[in-house]
Amino acid sequence: MAGHLLWALAGGALIGLASSLMLIFNGRVTGVSGIANGFLGFASGEKAWRGAFLGGLILGGFLMSQWRPALFENFTNRSWGVLVVAGLIVGFGTVMGSGCTSGHGVCGIARLSPRSIVATIVFMAVGFLTATAFKYLAGM
Amino acid sequence: MKSQKHLQIFMAFLVGVLFAAGLAISGMTQPHKVIAFLQIGEGWDPSLMFVMIGAIPVHAISYRWIRGRPSPLFDTKWHVPQSKEVTKPLLIGSALFGLGWGLGGYCPGPGIASVGAGSLQAMTFVFAMMAGMILYFIFDKKFGVNTSSK
Repeated sequence: MAGHLLWALAGGALIGLASSLMLIFNGRVTGVSGIANGFLGFASGEKAWRGAFLGGLILGGFLMSQWRPALFENFTNRSWGVLVVAGLIVGFGTVMGSGCTSGHGVCGIARLSPRSIVATIVFMAVGFLTATAFKYLAGM
Repeated sequence: MKSQKHLQIFMAFLVGVLFAAGLAISGMTQPHKVIAFLQIGEGWDPSLMFVMIGAIPVHAISYRWIRGRPSPLFDTKWHVPQSKEVTKPLLIGSALFGLGWGLGGYCPGPGIASVGAGSLQAMTFVFAMMAGMILYFIFDKKFGVNTSSK
């Protein structure tokens, strides 16, 4: 199997393990969008563990980038404007849809949640359509 | 209960670090790899599929393990969503998420982790994402979309 696919499996397993720790110890789903919007939206009593998770995510990114900077390269050449629009839509949509790839795609599917299975099918399908259309319209 | 809160915070932090490591190792913090998965056609990269194949079964084991347990180890109750109803906000919100994801190649987890890595593109995306989340809170308050579910 190609090396990058093995790394994908390994990274995925680590994501699965991390989510399992969150479930077994804290009893929570590791949905990054939910944790992020909860951090933004909730009263102070509920911010602490969310802030800790987000801080860990950022620190983890920092540490990994020190080890292998290439893991964070972005060759998509998306303009700043596209990134802003993409971010706005992702932010808006993940709150409305109650989740993203981690919350629905990993945690929800792992427990066979009908909502998460449907959500994942929908965002995958639209993701495929959008990226493919962008390729043909914008040439990248 | 106070000591439990500190344990929860510590665990959440550890989970965040491990999660970021997993994202980076898997290749998902490289938006061109995500886009190469989402762009059907020549040069299709199945990596993201393999990330899910790695993650889901591993995580599914933990759901079996917790079955029948009255509470998690660091808390007095479970906080796992129980609703099974497929609603319009779920469908529309998921479609919007797919649209933004396919446009930018970032989703929340890799975006935030990449902020730690110093990526300006990720910072732009994440800043806009937070604005989008706040916009939704305002929208929901005005139109009461999600007040029933969640």
